[in-house]
Amino acid sequence: MKKCDHPVHPYIPDMAPANREEMLRELGIASAEELFADVPPHLRVKGLLDLPQPLLSEYDLYRHTKRILAQNKSCADHLSFLGGGCWQHYVPAVCDEINSRGEFLTAYTGDTYQDHGRWQALFEYASLMGELLNMEIVSVPTYDWGQAAATSILMAQRITGRDEVLVASVTSPERLRIIAGYCEPTCAARVVPCDLETGLLIPGEFEKAVSDRTCAVYFENPSYLGTIQAQAGEIAGIAHRHGALCVVGADPISLGVLAPPADYSADIVCGDLQPLAMHMNYGGGLSGFIASHDEPRFLMEFPTRLVGLTHTEAEGEYGFGEVVFSRTSFVEREQAKEYVGTGTSLWAITAGVYLALLGPQGMKQTGEAILQRTQYAKRWLGRIPGVTVPAIAAPSFKDFVVRLDGTGKTVSSVNKALVERGIFGGKDLTQEFPALGQSALFCVTEIHTKQDIDRLAACLEEMVAS
Amino acid sequence: MTTTTGQQGHMAKAGSQAGTAGTRRQRQAAWNEPIIMEMSVPGERGFIPPGVDPEMGAAADVGAAVPESVRRTTAPGLPEIAQPRVLRHYTRLSQEVLGNDVSIDIGKGTCTLKYSPKVNERVARLPQMADVHPSQPEETVQGILQIMYEFEQMMKAISGMDRFSFQPGGGSQAIYANARVFRAYHKKRGEGANRDEVITTVFSHPVNAACPATAGYKVITLQPGEKGYPSLDSLKRALSERTAGFMITNPEDTGIFNPEIDKFVQAMHDAGGLCAYDQANANGILGITRARDAGFDLCHFNLHKTFSCPHGSGGPGSAAMGASAELAGFLPVPLVDRREGVYHLVYDLPDSIGKIRAYYGAVQGVLRAYMWVLSLGAEGLREVAETAVLNNNYVLKKMLEIPGIGIPYPDRPRIEQVRYTFARMLEDTGVSTHDVRRRMADFVTHYWTSHHPFLVPEPCTIEPAESYSKQDLDDYVAAIRQVSAEAYRSPETVKTAPHGSTIHRVDDAMLDDPERWAVTWRAYLRKRARGAYGGTGEDRKHR
Repeated sequence: MKKCDHPVHPYIPDMAPANREEMLRELGIASAEELFADVPPHLRVKGLLDLPQPLLSEYDLYRHTKRILAQNKSCADHLSFLGGGCWQHYVPAVCDEINSRGEFLTAYTGDTYQDHGRWQALFEYASLMGELLNMEIVSVPTYDWGQAAATSILMAQRITGRDEVLVASVTSPERLRIIAGYCEPTCAARVVPCDLETGLLIPGEFEKAVSDRTCAVYFENPSYLGTIQAQAGEIAGIAHRHGALCVVGADPISLGVLAPPADYSADIVCGDLQPLAMHMNYGGGLSGFIASHDEPRFLMEFPTRLVGLTHTEAEGEYGFGEVVFSRTSFVEREQAKEYVGTGTSLWAITAGVYLALLGPQGMKQTGEAILQRTQYAKRWLGRIPGVTVPAIAAPSFKDFVVRLDGTGKTVSSVNKALVERGIFGGKDLTQEFPALGQSALFCVTEIHTKQDIDRLAACLEEMVAS
Repeated sequence: MTTTTGQQGHMAKAGSQAGTAGTRRQRQAAWNEPIIMEMSVPGERGFIPPGVDPEMGAAADVGAAVPESVRRTTAPGLPEIAQPRVLRHYTRLSQEVLGNDVSIDIGKGTCTLKYSPKVNERVARLPQMADVHPSQPEETVQGILQIMYEFEQMMKAISGMDRFSFQPGGGSQAIYANARVFRAYHKKRGEGANRDEVITTVFSHPVNAACPATAGYKVITLQPGEKGYPSLDSLKRALSERTAGFMITNPEDTGIFNPEIDKFVQAMHDAGGLCAYDQANANGILGITRARDAGFDLCHFNLHKTFSCPHGSGGPGSAAMGASAELAGFLPVPLVDRREGVYHLVYDLPDSIGKIRAYYGAVQGVLRAYMWVLSLGAEGLREVAETAVLNNNYVLKKMLEIPGIGIPYPDRPRIEQVRYTFARMLEDTGVSTHDVRRRMADFVTHYWTSHHPFLVPEPCTIEPAESYSKQDLDDYVAAIRQVSAEAYRSPETVKTAPHGSTIHRVDDAMLDDPERWAVTWRAYLRKRARGAYGGTGEDRKHR
């Protein structure tokens, strides 16, 4: 019996001598060490790993980690106007309650006979998203919007057999980087210029760029800069006239007021579930969905899991299972369409709860509240001397550009001063869009009150004047 | 079933053949919940959001803010359900899930299900983690950057690697990222076009084949030799000037550790290729052996497996991707550095493969994994490995005493998991591993077969991590023993299972038929109305 020179750990029941001795006796060995016979001595760790002393007491561990984390400022204690890919929305208490349930939280990929509730919750998520999107196929979500967009584009590449995708230049640069890198082996990403001042797509530019190599056009609505793309249908038409597909990235929380992309002829729609009740988690709350119409040519190109409803032997009872599981890399290995692994299912379940809570009215009201606050903030900030809002007349949703060149101040200096006043200013665009000068991407959502926006405006005005 | 409703009726039917392996009769919850769309009652409300604020302008302006061409004109067909009904529905669904908090799920081999400590969850849900925006100024996120930095130091000690990125959103994405590093590395050396093959093994997780293929590689798969792992010769025969790299799990899915692993790495290096170690399931070798010491250039760990983060019903996962000093510059950006006591995000990596996932990964997973390592320390991690391997070998011994069950390569030791074969049982009784899988649901537990291809016939993979007690293991083995006894005595009991699951046996054929598959409720309703399921659909209306 190997002597335990530290206490029996609460996470390791078989460190208890009663258990361990019996098991060792059963195996006829003196210590667990003997079970590593196949690990050759020269590959063995000599002694112990160089790790910090453990905090065995849960209280010590809690206190220690909490103290480190307390150095963070959060959007719960600051007024934040950050968006641009991850947004602060209100998370209904029921959503946190459900995704904290240990049954969901600690499940993985059990069968329909072991995890029926998980399967049903994922089917319901897809069904609820399907209503929002007017589409009949919705995937179990992948990592984030960037991955969802990259896969959507490769689906179009495989469907059309073509090798170039046209991507609107007002796409998130980080997302564009993910897309370009992922698609590179089979599909080149060609960036199509847009009107940076307004953030609007230019149909003529897509018309110029489209060719018989084009597998898809990809744009986002609203765009990364927040602009609502009124000519989305026109761009879809250009794609279709040239035998290409239209892939649209959409913010699901906008779809109570914005038309689902399917209504303007999008073939594949993707986006992030994070706005639907995921805490931001320093970016860890992202979750990418992919949706299409219910046609085998689309469905067979999804690399992700797809949950399907089925019947059981009992009259009127529903069961669930994987739709054409043989598509996936679990079965097909290198022959599969891309790869699939652990995605972001807990966030799918949460998004489902959110949509079930809000219903049609809640989604409409949330969309309207965001639209109204966005327009108000644009107008209010645009009044400050030297501050311009380039797309002030164009409709925006959540995000919008604020330009500070006229104030003689930089975004970073303004943001620094704002932090001192307990405000996170807009995301600095000077690296991502240098053509926009000293610009920042501000974001308002349904959580912002008139007082919040007025407070931002007052602080900005004061800084500009100083 | 048509005349009874809810849990009680279901239990009455299931009662006769429910699982009774141990001393307790156990049964899954069966709430028989409708699909949420069926719960809608016009006018019910689940949530009232902050609405339009009259002080910010007339409500009438709002609709006009959206151009007509992209304005939503018909409300989405979402259900209307009062808040307590939504809560109860989802709570009931949760009760129909055998998560690790509920079930002895050692039957989910290769998944490293283990206890996810609640204190880690409590901290991960604090606003200083949950409500932090990824674009906040660095000086306002020093806490989480410190944790990322310190966790990187821990991972360096655990793996022997020199640098870590936590950007991949799961193990598969980390393997994919490693394949991208292969590409970037060879491209930089001017060999990108020539080196277009990646080698893996058939007992490595399937993404070790799928990910390099996604990254543009041809894939060569090595088959096991008589010792249960590929011979060094088979690797050498596959090597050429086209070889870009090698991706392998070790121990492989069989639980067998390849003791010649450093020779494989050396042969690959001699041929100019790189080696990436899939350590998704590193539970059995923590503090025992390290990736870098065997010569690997890259590796990854799943933080939601070995490092205790909850699996989340299938994510979000989180992965730590490690690189040697030579390859550190190829990692995704940003990395985290410390200068003069201040933590920074570092984007200045000219060779970087760029972005794999947005921002910095599922960072809340890093926080939980950090707490897990800190709760254990070096001795604790070694106890994890030793206990997991002890648990596994204990279960192995007990399993092999059960009729119909064997293992391939019986002379080889096993590390943290075992792929069993129930081929003998099938031969003797006609009961297949899929039958056993369904029957195990009646014992309120999991049972998983294998990744594809089913090289081991009638496979079953069991991975008893360190957080299960001897009693838990005995209970699980007792259930398998009872199923075996049934197979030999009354095989129909097993073949017609499940009998005490939440639901009855499903019609799998629907899932592969384009006329009948239904990924959403709206697709189901459309197909039902068209008669795809027989009749008009009214007869299938939920009770």
